Amino acid sequence: MPHDWLWETVRLLLYLVGLIGFAAFNAAYLSLLERKEPAWFQLRRGPTEAGPLGLLQPVADGIKLLGKQLLVQGGADVLLFKIAPVAVVIPSIMCLVLIPFSETMGARDISLGLLAVYSFAAINVLATMLGGWASHNKYSSIAAARVVAQNIAYEIPLLLVIIALVMVTHTFDLREIVAQQAGGFWNWNVLRFGASPLMPLAFLIYFICMLAEANRAPFDMVEAESELIAGAFTEYSGMGFGLFFIAEYVNVVVGSSIGAVLFLGGWHCPFGLLPGLHWFLIKLYLLCFAVIWVRWTFPRTQIYGLLNLSWKVLIPLALAHLIVTAVTVKLV
Amino acid sequence: MKSDLRSYLKEIIGGSISLLTGMWITLRQSFRKPVTVSYPYRTLKLPERFRGHIELKADEQGWAKCVVCMACQKACPSFCIKVNGYKPAGMPRKVATIYILDFTTCSLCGLCVESCRFDALMFSREYNLASFRKEDYVMDMLERLRRRRICRP
Amino acid sequence: MSIDDQSIHAETFILNLGPQHPATHGVLRIKLTMDGEYIVDAEPVIGYGHRMHEKMGENRSYAKFLPNASRMDYVGALLNTHCHVAAVERLAGITVPERAEFIRVITAELNRVSSHLLWMGAFLVDLGAFTPLLYTFDDREDILDLLESITGSRLTYCYYRFGGVCNDIDDDFIAGTRSFIERMRSRMPMYHSLVTENIIFRKRCEGIGGVPAETCRRYGATGPVLRGSGVCYDVRRNEPYSVYPLFDFSVPVYPEGDCMARYRVRMDEIVESLRIVEQALERIPAGPVMAEKVPLILKPARGECYFNVEAARGSFGMRIVSDGLDAPYRLKVRSPCFSNFSLFRECVRGTLLADALAFLGSLDLVIPEIDR
Ligand code: SF4
Ligand code: SF4
Repeated sequence: MPHDWLWETVRLLLYLVGLIGFAAFNAAYLSLLERKEPAWFQLRRGPTEAGPLGLLQPVADGIKLLGKQLLVQGGADVLLFKIAPVAVVIPSIMCLVLIPFSETMGARDISLGLLAVYSFAAINVLATMLGGWASHNKYSSIAAARVVAQNIAYEIPLLLVIIALVMVTHTFDLREIVAQQAGGFWNWNVLRFGASPLMPLAFLIYFICMLAEANRAPFDMVEAESELIAGAFTEYSGMGFGLFFIAEYVNVVVGSSIGAVLFLGGWHCPFGLLPGLHWFLIKLYLLCFAVIWVRWTFPRTQIYGLLNLSWKVLIPLALAHLIVTAVTVKLV
Repeated sequence: MKSDLRSYLKEIIGGSISLLTGMWITLRQSFRKPVTVSYPYRTLKLPERFRGHIELKADEQGWAKCVVCMACQKACPSFCIKVNGYKPAGMPRKVATIYILDFTTCSLCGLCVESCRFDALMFSREYNLASFRKEDYVMDMLERLRRRRICRP
Repeated sequence: MSIDDQSIHAETFILNLGPQHPATHGVLRIKLTMDGEYIVDAEPVIGYGHRMHEKMGENRSYAKFLPNASRMDYVGALLNTHCHVAAVERLAGITVPERAEFIRVITAELNRVSSHLLWMGAFLVDLGAFTPLLYTFDDREDILDLLESITGSRLTYCYYRFGGVCNDIDDDFIAGTRSFIERMRSRMPMYHSLVTENIIFRKRCEGIGGVPAETCRRYGATGPVLRGSGVCYDVRRNEPYSVYPLFDFSVPVYPEGDCMARYRVRMDEIVESLRIVEQALERIPAGPVMAEKVPLILKPARGECYFNVEAARGSFGMRIVSDGLDAPYRLKVRSPCFSNFSLFRECVRGTLLADALAFLGSLDLVIPEIDR
């Protein structure tokens, strides 16, 4: 019916606006958390001046970034240079579209949701690489090469873990995966020992790979400010840099959401009480907190340390997990 | 082969434990009180011997104690003191008419204060000295002394 | 990892590290010839912070050079000034009262601890960890407060004088130092489990930036760099000066020669310095802190002398030649950072950029001291 079609379009557009707002809000306030949280760890206070408790700091940052001139360095590939920040943000927001926030909320459900999320995530890598390469800066070029090596290395264990999970859940549909985890925390995939005793380990592998995918410390080889100044983003100023910044946080949000959906029961309450959006958000922000916590505790890994970790530790473990899962799924 | 595997596993487990201890430490620290002092709302107490820029001392009548012996000007490694004065009739000593400190080059070494045999110099306790103009740091010490005297309750 | 000949002839590019770069901690420029992320050659370009300290020393009276010494290595300022005053005292034949020597040792060792703490924080920032920096600064703050209470300044101290020190220490300082020693000792296990045992840190330091003892010898590297390469050489032990022979302390030596060894040497030195300070506080005699009858304008007799001290970064020496006038005829500074940095070029070939920066950080360079 044409009416349905129209209604669906309007609904999608509304969701899209909402999601962009959600993304921007998260980027802003995660950046504040990124300053406040280390301040707690480091016995400092963090931003306090802009607004009460520094709550308006992201607004001030945003205005500052908007007010700055976008400079394009001589010799840069202007078109690619300008496309890259946009191309890095859009896939992150597309990922958000696919995430089921609660039983009733969620922009779009598709039966291959999980697969689609990771297809979009791959574009992200490409865009970062483009930005680094188009900058015509040696530091950025090094970062561009790093981002590719890193993401290839980390996509494999990540996908292995996810394949194992899909073997258990028999579906790629994110909503369906969450629905299977109803009840209480003992039903969550992270504790689904019936499927594989290695499930908590799988969650850990997922978390590590998520950090690497989002280029977060200790895997922030792409930015590596003490080595490569700002890595792929060195030449970006103003909102060009701002968009990369937003994309980084949106990626953290996406990664944490998927983690919550796949392993931590999405919108379900840990004690089998009333499910809802708030449970999802609590899990999401706990994971974000952990991401920032990790960043402010550890030194950065070295590029080969990172590859070693992936090829020598994570992939074997993920494979072991996959085999164990395959066997149990077959037997049960 | 077997020991290889064992050391491999040991490294993974030991490494994970070390990472977890690290996170535990940072988390524990976050419950302590911040050590930051929110300057300018709150300030620290200056120690007794704080070395600011120099300042002239006044005698009981409020005159600068300086007798223009030039010792400080000579002792200063950065050549930033300029003193001049004359001996007015009826005064047992010379009085300074010019005492200028170029604080831009002062190295805060305290040699001038030590070289003054007449106890005429001291360190200021002022440190809020930011300015946009270089000229603000060429300080007229006599002028400052006069102002200090007026401001005194 | 080594690069085979084939790849050296492959396409290389020049990467300018510095003069403004987050990892060089000052205006140091290193011209890197890179093959991908591997370093083929590293040519240091120094001198951006050259302030002619030696020349300045030669055209002003001895006393006027006092503030200069602390500006070369501003992180361990007291150790440098110690070298300067001791050199001039040796040249002019001034004997220093014992209490003054004790005070010098106490303050200099505190300064060494603060310097090592600063280094540790900065090194970890080079490695990408920010939090330990703030913890070390918290500890260092205590030392600065203590030193400020007796010297009046927080970084570029001008406290030692020919023949003694300009202010005596008081009971508050002694009590404060005692409680600082307690505090610092209780913090060490925290640092060890937060940093030393951290697997990422170990991976980035163990076996990275190897410097053989032979290379150290050729370039004249001293201090923790040399001791991290397994050579037990410490000026305080090998050519004792001041009242160091009175104290019981050990010289930490690690044979591996990598970043981890240098890190461990410095961490152990913090503990040893605390021991020295503790003993010095126990045994400090009463008495004057300034020698009597030190002439206002020094005019040492013709002659020359060399004096070196164990600064935080290695053997810091001064050679002063006097021709009998009130200013030295020649004043030459031997800065440990210069020698320690010289071996960088040789040792860094064939390493990855990130490892090179870890290596650079572990050398503990203070660029103004190299440039002088
Ligand atoms: S403190 Fe030192 S540099 Fe400053 S005026 Fe006095 S003698 Fe000169
Ligand atoms: S040394 Fe003292 S008395 Fe002499 S000119 Fe300087 S301030 Fe005046």
